[in-house]
Amino acid sequence: MSRKLDIEHGFVDLSFGAGGIASAQLTRDIFSPEFSNPILDRMEDGAVIDMPDGRLVVSTDSHVISPIFFPGGDIGSLAIHGSVNDVAMMGAKPLHMSVGFIIEEGVPFSTLKRIAISMGAAAREAGVSIVAADTKVVKKGEADQLYITSTCFGLVSEDIHVGADRAREGDRVIVSGFIGDHGAAVMASREELSLTSNLKSDSQSVSDLVAAMLASGTDIHVMRDPTRGGLATSLNEIATTSAVGIEIDEAAIPVREGVRAVSELLGLDPLYFACEGRLLVICPAEGAEALLACMRQHAKGEDAAIIGEVTGRPDIPLILRSTFGGSRIVSMLTGDQMPRIC
Amino acid sequence: MKFIDEYRDSEVIRSLLSQISEEAVREEGYRLMEFCGGHTHAFYRYGLLPLLPERVTMVHGPGCPVCVLPISRIDAAVTLAAREDVIFCSYGDMLRVPGSDGKSLLKAKAEGADVRMIYSPLDALKLADQNPGSQVVFFAVGFETTAPATALALKQAFARKIPNFTVFCNHVLTPPAMRAILEHGDGEPGEGSVVDGIVGPGHVSAIIGCDAYRFVAEENRIPLVISGFEPVDLLESILMLLHQINEGAAEIENQYVRVVKDEGNLQAIRLMDEVFELRGSFEWRGFGMLPDSAQKISSKYAPFDAELKFQVQFSEAHDHRACQCADVLRGLIQPEQCTVFAKVCTPENPLGACMVSSEGACAAAYSYGGIS
Repeated sequence: MSRKLDIEHGFVDLSFGAGGIASAQLTRDIFSPEFSNPILDRMEDGAVIDMPDGRLVVSTDSHVISPIFFPGGDIGSLAIHGSVNDVAMMGAKPLHMSVGFIIEEGVPFSTLKRIAISMGAAAREAGVSIVAADTKVVKKGEADQLYITSTCFGLVSEDIHVGADRAREGDRVIVSGFIGDHGAAVMASREELSLTSNLKSDSQSVSDLVAAMLASGTDIHVMRDPTRGGLATSLNEIATTSAVGIEIDEAAIPVREGVRAVSELLGLDPLYFACEGRLLVICPAEGAEALLACMRQHAKGEDAAIIGEVTGRPDIPLILRSTFGGSRIVSMLTGDQMPRIC
Repeated sequence: MKFIDEYRDSEVIRSLLSQISEEAVREEGYRLMEFCGGHTHAFYRYGLLPLLPERVTMVHGPGCPVCVLPISRIDAAVTLAAREDVIFCSYGDMLRVPGSDGKSLLKAKAEGADVRMIYSPLDALKLADQNPGSQVVFFAVGFETTAPATALALKQAFARKIPNFTVFCNHVLTPPAMRAILEHGDGEPGEGSVVDGIVGPGHVSAIIGCDAYRFVAEENRIPLVISGFEPVDLLESILMLLHQINEGAAEIENQYVRVVKDEGNLQAIRLMDEVFELRGSFEWRGFGMLPDSAQKISSKYAPFDAELKFQVQFSEAHDHRACQCADVLRGLIQPEQCTVFAKVCTPENPLGACMVSSEGACAAAYSYGGIS
C-alpha cells in the first residue's frame, strides 16, 4: 500500500475525496487508529452489531461550529458528546456511533488528526464505539473547514419512560450545573470579538450521570440537554409539549461570573447560551431532593440545583421570577442572539 | 459581579419601589417616557413594569436606532449590498429589519449578497485590507453612541488612504428627536407634550453630556433624569422624576453619575465634529423629515462616503400599511395596542422594525411582556 501521509505538513486536496487510494490513506492514517474497535476494523460497507434486548434509541446531530477548536473542546469531541447526550436524554445507554465528515479542501492533516484523537478519546470516555464512518472532501469555499454529522445508537429498557410530554403540575425542575459555559466560551473565542477570557466549554458526555440518576429510582419525567437555544428554549419546548407552564427562579440558576460578564458585555442573555454537557431534569416534587443529592454526588452534577417548578399555567410556557419579585416571560430564541449596537 | 449586583439588589429595589409608591400622590398619575430602547428592554427584562404603582405609566420612546431608520434607507442598504463588487458590513441588529416587500439584508445575503455581521467599524476596515479586490461598505447606524466609533474608522481610513472602504452613514442625533416628541407628541403640533417627565438616555449622554438637554427643561418645562440601565438606576430615576413633578420643577438631573459627565466625552465630541457635519434634514421613521437631526460625512472625508461613491438613490418607500411602528416610536400607542402586534407581526416574521431590534419596544413587549 501507499506510503504514509505526511501528517505534520500535508493537507487535504480533492483527490482525498475521490474514493481511491488517497481516500483510503486518509482513513488508514488519520481516523482508523483513533476510532479502532472490532466492528469498525472489519472495514465492511456496513457495521454488523449484535443487539441485546430493549428498545433502540437513535439520534443524529450535525456540527458546523466555528471556530472548530475552542477552549474546553473541539468540533470532534462536540460531535461525540452531542449525539451521546441526546440518546442519554431518553434514559438510554449510548452504545455505538456513526460519523460523517465533510472536509473542505486545504484543511491540514494535522488538524484532522487532532480532531480524530479528540473524538476517539471522547468516545472511549462516553463508553461508545464508532462503528461506521465516512469522509467527503468539497472544494475550497464550499464548506468552512470541517463539518461532522454524528449518529448515536443506544438502548433503553422497557420500564423507563422519559419524554418531553411528561412534565406535570407540581414537578420540580433541576439543572445539572452551570449554564451557558459552552455558548459563552465559543462566543468569546471568536476572533472578531477580541475578548480574552478564561471561560471553558462544558462539552462532555453526561451518559454516566444519567445512569446514576436512573439507578437512584426517582421517577424521572423529562430530561433534556439544553444545547442550541439554551435553557430557555429547552424549557419552552418541554412546557409546550406537556401543555404546562414552567416557572424558574433567577437566583437559583447557576451561572458563572465569567459567563455573566460575557453576556452583560454583549447584551445577551445566558438563558439562551448553549450548554453541551448539562442536562435539565423534571421529576415529581417528592423525589426532587433525593435526585438532587444523587446528582451532586456525581462529578458531572456537583453544581446541580433545583431551579423551578411546573405550574398549571399553559398560556405562558416559561416565566422567570427575579430576586426582587419581578417576573417576565422567557420566550423561545428568535434567530441567533446578536450583540446590541449601543 | 462587581458594578452589577449592587444595582440589582432586591432590598434596595424593594425600598425604591415603596418610596415611588409614597411619592406617586398625583391623582391624574404620571406619564413618563423612557427615551432609550435599552431602557425599554431593561424595564421588561427585569419585570419592573408590573411592580410600578398604577399611577406611574411608562411610555416607550424612539431611542432605538434600528427602529427609526426609514424604509427607504434600508432599501438603499439592500441595493448596495447586492452589488457584485461590495462586501456589506452591518451590525447584527440591522440584518433582519425588513425593507420594501419584506426584503432584509439577511434575505439579500441568502440570495447571494456578501453581507457580513461585524461588531465594530474597525472590523470593516480590516476586511477592506483583506479584500483589496472588493469594495467594503460599512452600514453606520446609531445615535451619538456609535457615531464616535464610525468617526474613528473614517479617520483611520483617511490616514491610511484605504481605497476600498466607504461608510453608508445613517447616524442620527438624540436632541432633535426629543424635541419632535415634546412638540408634536400627540400628533397635533402645538398641543404640547404627552409626557410629564423623561428618563433620559444613558449611553448617548455619556457622549453628549447633560447640557444637550437644556431645552427640555427650559423651553418645554419638562423634567429629565439621565439614567443608567440597571433596575436600581431606573427606579431611582423614576423617583427623582416624581419628586420633581410633585415640586413643579423642570430640571435636568443626572442619576447615572458613574458614567455620565455634565460636559460629556469631549474627545468623542471632537472626533465627531471633525469627521461629520449636520445634515439639513433627515427622514425618521415615525417622525418624517426632521431638521438638523442627523450626521453626514464631511467634505474632507467625502471619498469615504458610500452615498457619493455609489450614487445611492433613495426611492419613495412606505412601511407595511398595517404596521404602526410610527405611532409606537412617538409614544402614541403602546406596542400591545398595535393591531398586528403578536398576530401578524412577530420577531420571527416582523412587519416593522420595532419588532426586530433588541432595543425595539415591540420586541421587548413581545419577548418579555404579557404577564398580568
